[in-house]
This record gives sequence, C-alpha cells and structure tokens, in this order.
Amino acid sequence: MLARFIILALVTVIGAIGALSLRNLIHCALSVTVAFAGLAALYLQLDSQFVGFAQILVYIGAVAILIVFAVLLTRGSEAPEQSILSSSWLKGIAVALAVFGVLAGTIVRSSLTHASLPTAPEFSIRQLGEQLMTKDLLPLEVIGLLLTAALIGAVIIAMHDKEAK
Amino acid sequence: MDQLPITFKHWLVEFAPAEYQPLVSAIISTAAIIGVFASLFALTTVLERKGLGRIQNRYGPNRVGPFGFFQPIADGVKALIKEDIVPRAADNLVHFMAPLVLVAPVFLALAVIPMGRNLVALDMGGGVLFFFAVGAATELSVFMAGWSSRNKYSLLGAMRAIAQMISYEVPLIISSVSVIMIAGSLSTVRIVEAQAGYDGGLPHWFVLTPWGLAGFFLFMIAAAAESNRSPFDLPEGESEIIAGYYIEYSGFKFALFFLGEYIGMFAVSGMAITLFLGGWHAPFEFLTWVPSYIWFFGKLLTLIAVFIWVRGTLPRLRMDQLMNFAWKFMLPMALINLLTAGIWHLLGPGFSRWLICSILVLGPYWILGRALFQAKNVGKRIYQYAE
Repeated sequence: MLARFIILALVTVIGAIGALSLRNLIHCALSVTVAFAGLAALYLQLDSQFVGFAQILVYIGAVAILIVFAVLLTRGSEAPEQSILSSSWLKGIAVALAVFGVLAGTIVRSSLTHASLPTAPEFSIRQLGEQLMTKDLLPLEVIGLLLTAALIGAVIIAMHDKEAK
Repeated sequence: MDQLPITFKHWLVEFAPAEYQPLVSAIISTAAIIGVFASLFALTTVLERKGLGRIQNRYGPNRVGPFGFFQPIADGVKALIKEDIVPRAADNLVHFMAPLVLVAPVFLALAVIPMGRNLVALDMGGGVLFFFAVGAATELSVFMAGWSSRNKYSLLGAMRAIAQMISYEVPLIISSVSVIMIAGSLSTVRIVEAQAGYDGGLPHWFVLTPWGLAGFFLFMIAAAAESNRSPFDLPEGESEIIAGYYIEYSGFKFALFFLGEYIGMFAVSGMAITLFLGGWHAPFEFLTWVPSYIWFFGKLLTLIAVFIWVRGTLPRLRMDQLMNFAWKFMLPMALINLLTAGIWHLLGPGFSRWLICSILVLGPYWILGRALFQAKNVGKRIYQYAE
C-alpha cells in the first residue's frame, strides 16, 4: 500500500516539476499530463473510481489537449535559448518554503489529524448519481445553465461578423 | 463448452501458489486478450485487403500461403526487420513514446468488454466510464506523434485528427448514455444482463427499440470517426497530407500505429455490441446452446465486415463537411435520442411508447435532414469550364 503510494506520488511530483522546469513548452504540457495521470492513479488507489476516471477523461482527454492547442496556436514551438529560471529564484524558493512551513505546521497541530479515522464509507457511483439527481439537483441544474451560457458565449465570440464585411 | 475458457483458466491458476494466484490470473487474462486480438488484427488486415480488392474489381493479396492468408506473417517480418528511421529534427523521446501511448490504452479498453458469459477481464462498477477514460489517452498519442516528427504534414494531420476525435467523442458518449440510463448501471456486465431474455422470438436487445436503433447508428458513425476509419480518414488523407500524423514513422513503430488503430476499432465495436447488440446473447432462443463467446466474436466480425464495406463504398469527407455533420446533425440527434430514451422509460410497456418514440426519432431526423440539405442550396450543377 505504502509502496504503491510512494511510486504514484513520485510520478505525480516528477511530472509537476517537469512541467515547471522544462524549456520546451510542449514538453511542459506533456509533463503536466503525466502529473494528471499520477493524480488519477492516486484517486483510483483510494477506491474512488468515479473521480479517478473523471480526472482522466477531463484532464488528460480535454484540458491537456486544450493546453497543447493553445501553445501551438499562439506561439512557435521552439525552445527559448536563455534560461527560463527567473533571476529571483532564491527568493521564490524562500517564499514557497515559508508558505509550506505555515501550512504543514497548521495541519500537524490541527485536531483533525489526531482524531481517529472513521471507517471508510461504502460508496458507489450509483449513490453519487442518486445524490446528484435528488438532493443536489438544483446546484447541478445551475451548473448546467452556467456551462451552457459559457458555451454559447464562446461560440458568439468566435463567430464571424457577417455585417462587418 | 460455454465456460471452457474460464475452467481452463482456473485449472491453470491452480498451479500457482495461493499468494500469487490473483497475479497469475491477471497475467493469463492479459495474455489471452493480447493473443486473441492481435491474431484477429492479422486476420482482419488480410480480409480487409481481399474485401477491398473484390470491391475494386481485383484479387487482393494471393501469393503468400493458401489464398494469400499468410500475408500478415510476411508483413510482420517485413515490419520487424525494416530500418527504423527517425528524422534528425525529431524529438526522440516523444517520437518513441507516441506509438506506446496509443497501443497501451486501446488494449486496456478491451479489458472491460464482456466477451462471453463470465468472460470479462475486469468487471468494475464504472466499466463504461473506464472505457471512455482510457480512450481519451489516444488523442494525446496522436498529438505526440504529429508534433514530435517536426513535419508540417504530420502536424496538420494531428490537428485534424484531434479536432475530429473531440467532435465525435460528444455524440459517441451521449448516445451510450441513453443505454446507461435504461440499464441503470455503468457496469458493462450489468448492461449485457439487462438485455437478456426473449419476447415473441425476438431478443431484448436495445437495438430493437426506436431509441436504441437511432443510438446504435449514431454510435457506429461516431465510432468510425473515433477510430479514423473511412469515410472519416481525413487525418491520413494520402492525397493531401500524405499520411498525416504517422508520416515519419517506419518499421515496427508504424506497425504499432496500425495495430493500435485496428485494436481501437475492435474495442469500440465490442462496446457497440455490449451496449446495443446484446453482448454475448444469442439472437434467437433456440440458438442459446452455441457458446456465448462465439456469438460475441461473430457479431464483432460482422461489424468489422460493415466497416470494410463502408470503406470500400464511401468517398472521404471534406473537413467542413465532417465538422458540420458532427455538430449540426450528430449532436442534436444524440441529445434528442437521450430524451426519447427517458420518455420510453417513463411511458412503460405498451403500444403507445413505440408510436411516440418512433415519431420522436424519425421526426427530428427528417426535419434536420431537410433543413441541413436546403441550407446548402444544392441545385442543378453548373459547369463553368467543361462545356
């Protein structure tokens, strides 16, 4: 169990570091996909099938492709010559470490981490669906409306103006 | 006879020590899937070439072995010993990974398809979801192949392929949602069980309902586009962009792309059989003594024959036609079909639901078809230069 977690965590972290530090933007995009896949595997390892598969379907199938398309359509895929590290990387690491220290300290001291873990609830995709269709129906509908509005807005922005010709 | 593969597997697993038995069981299932479908791939390539040959009034391969049926062996040997050429400007690692990223997910997708009674490698609660999730990874492999080759044509081919796959994934998933809704489960095994039983000599397959028939056709059209099969094979487009995203691949890497494409076709056909054609169930009650896996593979070969027939018959679409067809026809039809399936379920058994659902399927089809055809202003063809 622990060995599996360590392998998956390493894959995720290495993918994320690659996404930050590689020179070629396409390599960064592919590297962040590895991190997405690692996260999906972590969800699956926690017996959360729906979240794991949704992560693969949405993040690898759609978001990664979107990133790649955006990179290709906006700039050349040539790698930059100069170093991509900002000159103030030392200060950046110091800030990041400070934030990490504060968060980790709070989590360690929190009463939640010391409380005994409840037994994992029996959970299935069917229950998730029933929950969404009964108790959480209104939020679901609102999200659907919001996404439809966003979709129509995107189409209108992309549409050719016929009168302008 | 029906349970022969499963008893054989249990017999094999018994030889392993108890702690390794789950591992050995998984390895045997994987080996069986890879072996069976790779041989089916070899058989399909020669059948496709012979079938296309007959359609085009020629013989097709007929030199190697009896009636040319050993042609795949010759092709395989050729692919193995051919020099593997990688362009100097290519991105080596990504270029190498692309065929692997394609082949691994398509074999994974086969794991959730029930090929017979109890004959499924992985029976999980979210089987259909798993199938579509691993299918999403193939888009990335197409991009990796197209981009890493550093070739304008292959990049164009990859862009075309991804645009096409994303567009047709929407009707593909929506048309299968109607089946999930009626069967009430995401598990492929449950969906096949929901289609068991016979009524008046006809099986309870979903394809024999108005929404199921429409859904089946939508699914198969989208499946042809997803697996880049003709008439949706623009990403390859030999006449315009030479071979699309795998132009810079040679030798065994090219063979892997070829393999991935065909295994993907088998997987998506297997999904169509599971969702609409009753899985491994026999078409008639008096034929249930025939082993279930024979029915599954019989249906699979029939669907493949249809794919070959369509490839030999229809010309390739143009890019704008492809997109218009996906967004203006397939997507509205799939959404209406989803609604029809809901109404079918709510109306309950009886004659009225047949009438209402048939109208709900045929009406939009007729109206959409008419409207789209008229919007194109197709009139008498006028020749400008050829008088």
